[in-house]
Amino acid sequence: MSTTHTHEIAGHQAGDHAHDDHGPAKGWRRWLLATNHKDIGTMYLVFSLTMFFIGGAMAMVIRAELFQPGLQLVDPGFFNSMTTMHALVMIFGAVMPAFVGLANWMVPLQIGAPDMALPRMNNFSFWIMPFAFALLLATLFVPGGAPAGGWTMYPPLVLQNGTSFPMLIFAVHLMGASSIMGAINVVVTIMNMRAPGMSLLKMPLFVWSWLITAYLLVAVMPVLAGAVTMLLTDHYAGTTFFQAAGGGDPVMFQHIFWFFGHPEVYIMILPAFGVVSEIIPTFSRKPLFGYDAMVYATASIAFLSFIVWAHHMFTVGMPLAGQLFFMLATMLIAVPTGVKVFNWTATMFKGSISFEPPMLFALSFLFLFTIGGFSGLMLAIVPADFQYHDTYFVVAHFHYVLVPGAVFGIMAAVYYWLPKWTGHMYSMKLAKWHFWLSTIFVNVLFFPQHFLGLAGMPRRIPDYSTQFTDWNMVSSIGAFGFGLSQLLFAYIVWQTTRGGVKASDKVWDTAAPHGLEWTLSSPPPYHSFEVAPEVK
Amino acid sequence: MSKILKYAAAGAAACLPTGAALAAWDLNMPVGVTELSRDIHGLHMLILWICVLIGVAVFGVMIYSIIKFRHSQGAVPAKFDHSTRAEIIWTTIPILILVGMAIPAAETLIRIEDTRNSELSIKVTGYQWKWQYEYLDQKVDFFSTLSRDSDAARQLHSGIDPNTVDNYLLSVDKPLVVPVDTKVRLLLTSADVIHAWWVPTFGMKKDAIPGFVNEIWFRADKVGVYRGQCAELCGRDHGFMPIVVEVKSKEDYAAWLKTQQDGEAAPAAAQTNESATTAVVAKAE
Repeated sequence: MSTTHTHEIAGHQAGDHAHDDHGPAKGWRRWLLATNHKDIGTMYLVFSLTMFFIGGAMAMVIRAELFQPGLQLVDPGFFNSMTTMHALVMIFGAVMPAFVGLANWMVPLQIGAPDMALPRMNNFSFWIMPFAFALLLATLFVPGGAPAGGWTMYPPLVLQNGTSFPMLIFAVHLMGASSIMGAINVVVTIMNMRAPGMSLLKMPLFVWSWLITAYLLVAVMPVLAGAVTMLLTDHYAGTTFFQAAGGGDPVMFQHIFWFFGHPEVYIMILPAFGVVSEIIPTFSRKPLFGYDAMVYATASIAFLSFIVWAHHMFTVGMPLAGQLFFMLATMLIAVPTGVKVFNWTATMFKGSISFEPPMLFALSFLFLFTIGGFSGLMLAIVPADFQYHDTYFVVAHFHYVLVPGAVFGIMAAVYYWLPKWTGHMYSMKLAKWHFWLSTIFVNVLFFPQHFLGLAGMPRRIPDYSTQFTDWNMVSSIGAFGFGLSQLLFAYIVWQTTRGGVKASDKVWDTAAPHGLEWTLSSPPPYHSFEVAPEVK
Repeated sequence: MSKILKYAAAGAAACLPTGAALAAWDLNMPVGVTELSRDIHGLHMLILWICVLIGVAVFGVMIYSIIKFRHSQGAVPAKFDHSTRAEIIWTTIPILILVGMAIPAAETLIRIEDTRNSELSIKVTGYQWKWQYEYLDQKVDFFSTLSRDSDAARQLHSGIDPNTVDNYLLSVDKPLVVPVDTKVRLLLTSADVIHAWWVPTFGMKKDAIPGFVNEIWFRADKVGVYRGQCAELCGRDHGFMPIVVEVKSKEDYAAWLKTQQDGEAAPAAAQTNESATTAVVAKAE
């Protein structure tokens, strides 16, 4: 940033310059002062990709240390910091901002709105994120090291973190504030700015899934903020919310945390459901099967997500009735989730399917997310969970739903809409390479972790007994392959923004997509839908 | 996809050093040596097979659709976009399957939670990073920590090959000793952070929480040595606080108990010889 720029902006402010609506501002002001949903969406997506690589690098450290028994590379304390930070960075830095970025780009385009409803809050909610993550990542360099008590921040262990403890809490506060603002913006936009004629049950499913996700965010992020604030006062203000010695209860934190935490996992998967529900009909050349059922299933999943939290903590010693209730409620989630999988399958049935990269990722999502769903069902069975709990089986389960689930959903979305955003087609050949490498390696990486967990390997350990060596090696090889493959993704995206074959307005010519986004040019004008389109 | 995985795993396996080929490629949960662990194993296999069957059916239809209805083969898309009958069927059938799973699960759970009529109670306290076992009303009380040779080998850059250490990371200086065919109740608590006591062959895992007492029980029906680990992240050395349980015949147990009650000091002194020197050298942290 040169000094000329600084003078320039000072001059503008002094002159009370009128708002310019003919295109983006020049230079860094376009980004720092952004109010355009497309610019903010782009920043979210770039931020998310950056965090994906930072969190991924941490995963590589974890898998390198676990490549063989014995401690070769890192101290156990640092290893714990890596598992903790990997989770925080991937959840709050990579997956959630990616979906907010997609919402920013696509919700206005899909509902025929000119922009998000609250553009300045939109700017604020994005620009909090770099500060939140600067604070979080700075903990790697403070005395005592980065947080090492797990991303779940269970007391009393979390209170043993050093200087990083308050930084962790405030970083979580900032992320929460950002998410809440982003969610409010999505709700207000969808509720107020739909094109005339677009009733709720005519909205694209991506919009529907984001509307429901936004409500989940507004409901649970304050709960997380409350939980971590209680940790803060326990540490500094002499309260004993979570200390038995003072009449508190360490398990209460887990209840509060997972009341946030379980809806959180649906926050990370529902928008991916929405993406897949857009892509499968497009490349099957057939309307989505059971649109209404899909909406109701998503809403049911969201409702159930509020009454199943304690399945994350079956081993804390709950009353029998509590365990039975949470087991049955959890099993019930399989019903609406099953409806979704069956409807996607029925959409493909008797369709006319082609296999462009977005469809490939959506199909991979369909198969592998279902595997994650099966292991989730197994984990719901309380007696069996007494064996699975806190083992690599759980690690395998949630990585199956988060990586080939949420992350593949994001990648499918990027491959689906990138030509619309940039106006250029990406290299199909490279994208297919990226798909095959990712799909093969993600299975080599995570499938053996089921075996490790069943054979008795606990999670979050830096070193293991020698009988676990073989599958750990396989898993690490998969991890390195998967990590390297993602560099290809970054390259494909970068290359597409630089140029390439011109994409048509409809982008996917052979298909018959009917969403409003395809009625705009590729790339869409900086201010789109200044006159609201009519929806029949 | 699982096929791809299988080939990929086999391919990766082929590249491994030959020494590793001798080790275990464990795939499944151990069956265990208690009634409850066998029930849990049975439940696990039941659910697994149900999932496999559903998976075969669902993935079968998906794969069939992908192969049969390809655009490149000139497939013409149908126009239908819903079928109320199909929706009712694939909502109802899963509910019935879930009920079928829930009933045996609830039965097993009720038995797991029945801690009455135990014949021996042991208080287990978790510490960072060791376990304390206190035989209630028996005047036996000792700590159990990672064995010295494992501890030496697990230091960063120790230069000791873990494969040369017996039961690397799964052996302790002084195991918990219990009699066979006896309902043993453990009272779990912690002195610092939350830990979890877990021996896979007993099928049981429960958190040890500061300020609270949790209960589990087991009745081992086979003499032997069984190993497990702390299963709740408890700080830097969470991976290094194993659990070893020695199940002895009732006579052997009685004899062991007597030696413990007679000479508390003797066994403690006996531990500090042999590997102590190597451990001291390696422990230069």
